Amino acid sequence: MLLKNDKAALSVLAVLAAISLIVPVCNLVFAPGSPLYFSSYTVSLLGKYLTFALLGMSLDLVWGYCGILALGHGAFFALGGYAMGMYLMRQIGSRGVYGDPLLPDFMVFLNWKELPWYWHGFEQFWFAAIMIFLVPGVLAFLFGWLAFRSRVTGVYLSIITQALTYALLLAFFRNEMGFGGNNGLTDFKEILGFNSQSDSVRACLLMASGLILMLAFLVSRWIVNSKLGRVVTAIRDQEMRVRFLGYRVEMFKLWIFVFAAMLAGIAGALYVPQVGIINPSEFSPLNSLEIVIWVAIGGRGTLYGAIVGAVLVNYAKTLLTGWMPEIWLFFLGATFILVTVLLPDGLVGFWQRRLQEQKQ
Amino acid sequence: MNGIALKPGQVDVSHGPILYLEDVSVSFDGFKALNNLSLYIDAGELRCLIGPNGAGKTTLMDVITGKTRPDTGSVFFGQTIDLLQMDEPAIAQAGICRKFQKPSVFDMLSVFENLELALATDKGAWATLFAKLNGAQRDRIEQVLETIGLVELRSQPAGILSHGQKQWLEIGMLLMQEPKVMLVDEPIAGMTHQEVERTAELLLSLQGERSIVVVEHDMEFVRSIAKHVTVLHEGSVLTEGSMDEVQNDPRVIQVYLGD
Ligand SMILES: Nc1ncnc2c1ncn2[C@@H]1O[C@H](COP(=O)(O)OP(=O)(O)O)[C@@H](O)[C@H]1O
Ligand SMILES: [Mg+2]
Repeated sequence: MLLKNDKAALSVLAVLAAISLIVPVCNLVFAPGSPLYFSSYTVSLLGKYLTFALLGMSLDLVWGYCGILALGHGAFFALGGYAMGMYLMRQIGSRGVYGDPLLPDFMVFLNWKELPWYWHGFEQFWFAAIMIFLVPGVLAFLFGWLAFRSRVTGVYLSIITQALTYALLLAFFRNEMGFGGNNGLTDFKEILGFNSQSDSVRACLLMASGLILMLAFLVSRWIVNSKLGRVVTAIRDQEMRVRFLGYRVEMFKLWIFVFAAMLAGIAGALYVPQVGIINPSEFSPLNSLEIVIWVAIGGRGTLYGAIVGAVLVNYAKTLLTGWMPEIWLFFLGATFILVTVLLPDGLVGFWQRRLQEQKQ
Repeated sequence: MNGIALKPGQVDVSHGPILYLEDVSVSFDGFKALNNLSLYIDAGELRCLIGPNGAGKTTLMDVITGKTRPDTGSVFFGQTIDLLQMDEPAIAQAGICRKFQKPSVFDMLSVFENLELALATDKGAWATLFAKLNGAQRDRIEQVLETIGLVELRSQPAGILSHGQKQWLEIGMLLMQEPKVMLVDEPIAGMTHQEVERTAELLLSLQGERSIVVVEHDMEFVRSIAKHVTVLHEGSVLTEGSMDEVQNDPRVIQVYLGD
């Protein structure tokens, strides 16, 4: 059983390594037209998928392992994305339309004279890099502290997580919040001193997304295989019983929730430079629902199931929205229902059972 | 809501009892599940609680372990520790552990892992993340596996165990917690005759070092283990005494026959 899981884990790592090394290198080394060439479009598309995979995997820790159906997980992704977006905005400097050396364009447009206090520090990459996981982590901590300590569970918990992301959506829409309102943050120029639109930066971002995903996968795997991981699954199955063994259930939920929120923040931060924009729609409850669907389709409680689900669903989304955008949501809903009814363990679970049956 | 942090060995039993329940009442929507119940359990004793279905035996355990808050009354652990100020994990860590009426082991985890989770150790999140079993802890788990007769099944998921084996695993989980008070709710349901005998032997061998409260319906089983029996009826203590005294008490006969 454990070995089998290891095989799957190894194959996932191998595929991720191949994607994050071969594709960007081929993109840079070979010329368009060569059979080994991957287009820059493919590179940024794959990079985006990998950040979604990281996001899906982080939700799997919370939902698949701890049984918390979080319907607002996209909020942490968006916050990490905004933290990265703020860094990228500060890098524009005086190259903006209004040429203000300090203020981003949207602030000049709003007639603001000073940079708000919470925008300070974001000109430094190290500072932004800390905020990318600190801000989602602190929000998850405060939210989780209140929710888990008062023992909110089940549907009620799901609803308030959804309310959380909805509240943030409304807040970030407001111009006065100082995050660019409706339009969000965009028109980025440079990242770490390099042109953020260039092929080599895109290739590096894909590489970084792949490597960070692999690292996060290994760390998460170590966590779920630790005793803490077993306590967390025990909480999922029989929360009450765990309390009577002397464990403070709320602390364990909080721990895994905060860790997952930080991973989601990192995913958001990798996503933003690859798509070139972050706006409040990333907070929309629908986005958070989609993450749940990726994980359900891929298969819960395996980590790699979430990765597979996120990549496949988003690949389907890319194909379908290019072809018939209006049917995407129907397609997603139908797939979700079919998978939950026919494959309760998701694609990965189905595939594993097939392998087992073949062996017998 | 959090209890006082207690080190094991701090329970003051200088007056004899380790558990004091006084005038405890619990009502559910007006129905009194416990009605001014007073009960004392001595340090090291093995006490059996009997009583018809719905007498309030499980509710009594819920009150002691922090699952249910009584409307009135006081519940003390030794002379000094007020259990009503503590939540479930704090009470468990202080040394009051419980086996549930319905066996509730973790089906997805192996038998070994179930025992490992119960092991008395630092149960904070960070400590648990980095937890590694040391030699003594491993030996302890082996020993308990032996005691509960599940050595062969150690790596199997607990979900495949028979009802009786699950009961034993739960008793094993109790032992792993090294409790001062063991509350054992209906331990022999679903057990074979041999398993029942072994359970009786085990419980008898455990008394003295710790206090044990056993709830059971099976009179033969109760007779085989208990010196001291308490009969609950409609949420209060009907009578207490030796098994013979209790069984010949006309009120007890009436309660059981009239049920
Ligand atoms: N959570 C609850 N809500 C409502 N009624 C309850 C609850 N728990 C127990 N009761 C009622 O309290 C009474 C005592 O139950 P219980 O303590 O389980 O009895 P016993 O274990 O002696 O059979 C029963 O009538 C039961 O229906
Ligand atoms: Mg009962």
